[in-house]
Amino acid sequence: MHAFKSYEEMSKNFSWARAEHELGYTPGDVINIGWYCSDRICRLGKSEKTALVWEGRENEVKRYTYNDIRLLSNTIGAYLRRLGIRDGDRVCLFMDKVPELYIGLLGILKIGAIAQPLFSAFGDESLFIRLENAGTRAIITQRKHASKLQKILDRLPGLEFIIVVDDDGRKALKPKEVVLHMDQEERVEEIGIFPTRAESPSLLHYTSGTTGPPKGVKHVHYSLISQYLTAKWVLDLRDDDIYWCTADPGWVTGTSYGIIAPFALGITQCVMDIGFSAEAWYRFIEKHRVSMWYSAPTAIRSLMKAGDEIVGKFDLSSLRHLASVGEPLNAEAVVWSQRMFGKPFYDTYWQTETGSIMITNFPGMKVKPGSMGRPFPGLTAAILDPDTFEPITGINKPGLIAFRHDWPARMRTYWNNEETFRKKFRNGWYLTGDRSTIDQDGYYWFIGRDDDVINTGGHLVSPFEVESALLEHPAVAESAVVAKPDEVNMEVVKAFVTIKPGFEANDELELDIMNFIRKKLSPLAMPQEIEYMDKLPKTRSGKIMRRVLHAQEWGQQIGDISTLEND
Amino acid sequence: MPDINDMKEIILKYVINEYAEEDDNVTFDTPLISSGLVDSFSMVSLKRFLEVKYKISIPDDKATPEAFDNVNKIANLVLNYL
Repeated sequence: MHAFKSYEEMSKNFSWARAEHELGYTPGDVINIGWYCSDRICRLGKSEKTALVWEGRENEVKRYTYNDIRLLSNTIGAYLRRLGIRDGDRVCLFMDKVPELYIGLLGILKIGAIAQPLFSAFGDESLFIRLENAGTRAIITQRKHASKLQKILDRLPGLEFIIVVDDDGRKALKPKEVVLHMDQEERVEEIGIFPTRAESPSLLHYTSGTTGPPKGVKHVHYSLISQYLTAKWVLDLRDDDIYWCTADPGWVTGTSYGIIAPFALGITQCVMDIGFSAEAWYRFIEKHRVSMWYSAPTAIRSLMKAGDEIVGKFDLSSLRHLASVGEPLNAEAVVWSQRMFGKPFYDTYWQTETGSIMITNFPGMKVKPGSMGRPFPGLTAAILDPDTFEPITGINKPGLIAFRHDWPARMRTYWNNEETFRKKFRNGWYLTGDRSTIDQDGYYWFIGRDDDVINTGGHLVSPFEVESALLEHPAVAESAVVAKPDEVNMEVVKAFVTIKPGFEANDELELDIMNFIRKKLSPLAMPQEIEYMDKLPKTRSGKIMRRVLHAQEWGQQIGDISTLEND
Repeated sequence: MPDINDMKEIILKYVINEYAEEDDNVTFDTPLISSGLVDSFSMVSLKRFLEVKYKISIPDDKATPEAFDNVNKIANLVLNYL
């Protein structure tokens, strides 16, 4: 039976105290996510239960029990303390999906430091912006990624330690590098967990907006309450599940539901640290008997593209429940999964800022393919009029998705950016920046963003950040960046540029600019197409009119262009 | 028509320079996409490189993760469009 009964039953008299009680937490007590995700599970008698099965290249497999996770997170925490890392210090995790990332996050939290996970494909400039903003003291990384840090080290005087987890000793260490071999260190039985409280900071996740640099979303240890209960009710995680969350912990799904929630529930989870191929993914499910699979629409569409025939080559009968997050899940994907796996993908909607699932399809609830579902019990959600910021009461009327800011996993602020944080609220509502409608049954239907942020493969890319980086290319005079429709990733980055005199607008230059952005920012931010223009559309005051270019890409009406600059 | 062995050397050199990290040991048959060495977004730039270098156009439906999964396969794909 599902933990989630009927929507009406679960909403009636809902209180987050239910999760507090189940976790044995009393308001005012110490609450430390690191302890809840390892020590507590061991105390419940599950020390020898498998917590993590990791698979890397060439079928290398590592297994860790909950006792391993407890001891190794202690070990990493103790190591950081020996370096002088203290509560409140920011420690970045910049790694592929290796065990040190999953266990290291718990170790950081156990000593009261703040974990700052960053996507390992970030280029040196993306890395610099985020480390500088956070004032990061230490970074845990792999040898293959450490070279990016050496390029920016002289601009980061506050970064004291580069902790390399896989150094083979063949070359001399570079400035600020130290070595940690997690599996070879003497295991630490007792660490003296830092007594964090509900509002003690736990994580900093960086996210992109339309303007300005990326923002560090500050979360706290109390977020565990939301993450625990949403995972139990929405992802339907059960004690005997084998769980696979395909998200990278460089992004919020990978931490909230790829580390914290499954470990807090004492679930066995599997991690695959290799690239995407349909065959490899299906083989992984078959081999590990995955029962609960939390993935993303881009991945699902890629699997659809790989064809139906390949599905039949594998025994996927272990799958019990499927869910999706990151971008709207199209109706075709829901129908396809029902046909292929005998069950639909349940769409879930939330953001880096919300910290946990907000609007969702619940197990056992009727799925309307293409719908986001209904708000999680206990949340006050609404569609707001974009002019008055007051709730719209009618059905099927488009407006802004908003929430009352009162659930445990809500962001507490943007790091060093309180002003932007305050702008996210109107009339007491937290504005998500997304638009939708509500139908007669209370189901939400996604329409799109309310700003220019590009959602590519479930990851947000700031057009401002890409435009700024483009201007650093020696050939680019002006730039404008918009989303372009894409069959698999929903949206991809497209750039419009004008070229400086002396440069030739040709295919070689286009490739050079693409690679420039890929290395400087990330592969996600790389324009998949660059269009050369003689001039960009601007207002008479000189502001680039992105919406004109966006409308052109999406085949939409351009709208009012009375302010467009004339020749 | 370029020699396929020369082509493989050129593609391998490009992959190493553009996508490989410090300790990656990349050969003609090293998995690129399925290993995560080249991600799906970066694959677009690799496709663009091949099109620019060999003055060809590779249809999107032929530029699959499987067809781009190692240098040998990529070189054979390019041959089809020369």
